[in-house]
Amino acid sequence: MCLAVPMKVVEINGDMAVVESAGLRREVGIMLLSNVKLNDWVLIHAGFAITKLTKKQARETLAIFAEGQFFG
Amino acid sequence: MEVCGTHTVAIRRFGLQRLLPAGVKLVSGPGCPVCVTPDSYIDEAVALARQGVVIASFGDMLRVPGSRSSLEKERAAGADIRAVYSPLDALQIAAETGRETVFLAVGFETTAPGIAAAAMKALENKLDNFSLLTALRLVPPALKALIAVDTGLSGFLLPGHVSAIIGRKAYDFLLQHRLSGVISGFSAEDIISSLLLLLEMHNKDIYKILNNYPAAVRDSGNEKSRTVLAEVFEPVDAEWRGLGFIAGSGLNVRPAYAGLDSRRRFTIKTESASPQRGCRCGDVLRGLIDPPACPLFNKACRPDQPLGPCMVSSEGSCSAWVTYG
Repeated sequence: MCLAVPMKVVEINGDMAVVESAGLRREVGIMLLSNVKLNDWVLIHAGFAITKLTKKQARETLAIFAEGQFFG
Repeated sequence: MEVCGTHTVAIRRFGLQRLLPAGVKLVSGPGCPVCVTPDSYIDEAVALARQGVVIASFGDMLRVPGSRSSLEKERAAGADIRAVYSPLDALQIAAETGRETVFLAVGFETTAPGIAAAAMKALENKLDNFSLLTALRLVPPALKALIAVDTGLSGFLLPGHVSAIIGRKAYDFLLQHRLSGVISGFSAEDIISSLLLLLEMHNKDIYKILNNYPAAVRDSGNEKSRTVLAEVFEPVDAEWRGLGFIAGSGLNVRPAYAGLDSRRRFTIKTESASPQRGCRCGDVLRGLIDPPACPLFNKACRPDQPLGPCMVSSEGSCSAWVTYG
């Protein structure tokens, strides 16, 4: 239920942003997070960015998803 | 105890419970929102569905049995019930259909701020046919209630994404009970290293709340999320399956936003209490029994034919035990 996926911010439109990961794009809300910038990696939960990640951490987490080890 | 349902699934998926040394046991906690939601809430949602409103919900809720029906059964009978990924999808349904749309607001601190943000967007866009039926729950009050009695627990594996919102300091109350906690991510390495930290502290008689997920969790959490949440919601006493009513453990819509509150918007009459099903989900959620101790486990109650919420949700302990052994 509290599953969250790391995605990269590629476009910002006011309090919404387009995020991307593994070729998948989605529009999400960024009003829950301060200072969201282009190219930030953020954790997406239920359509909202809830926290920022360092790039290294985002890649590690993505690797876990890619390996299919974890889908909660 | 691992508090979070996502941790429960990860632990069993990786088989970590088999790697633990003798004397170390992991117990699942009340961290699966679908599981802790009481029957009475499903009954309310069913009653609303029968009034002809559109119900939008996270998919997990649809199969959860209430006293006499479930949302899935109501949908089969013709009710307009839609599974959504985000509360923003529910807003879109309200905008497109123009019909009364009720979003089933279920989840913990991770999910509640987004629901609050969607509610604010409804106001901003002057959507007056959108409302929330709340069963939101807060993790720290539940942990406080859990440790108020002697549980035999030695420490807590704390939920990573709830903590991203509430921060590390929200768990300081554990220290007064001589209990440690480690905030953990969700990979096998994260969980193993978090357990190691807990065991180290236990063996050395040290009590601390550690953040072992620093890339996503700031010590002070996400203040902006909490501000949005507090604008729309206020804490209320709330019922948890297995734990009963816990003071200040739920969130309701503030009176200032009465129009967003399904309970104020509609008269909801529910049917009488639940027939006994023999389901011991409540005891599983308190860590009192392991799932196989329930007489229904993997017999009458299976993932393909669940009788209780701990088997319905993919994050429920019972489901995780059957799926991953």
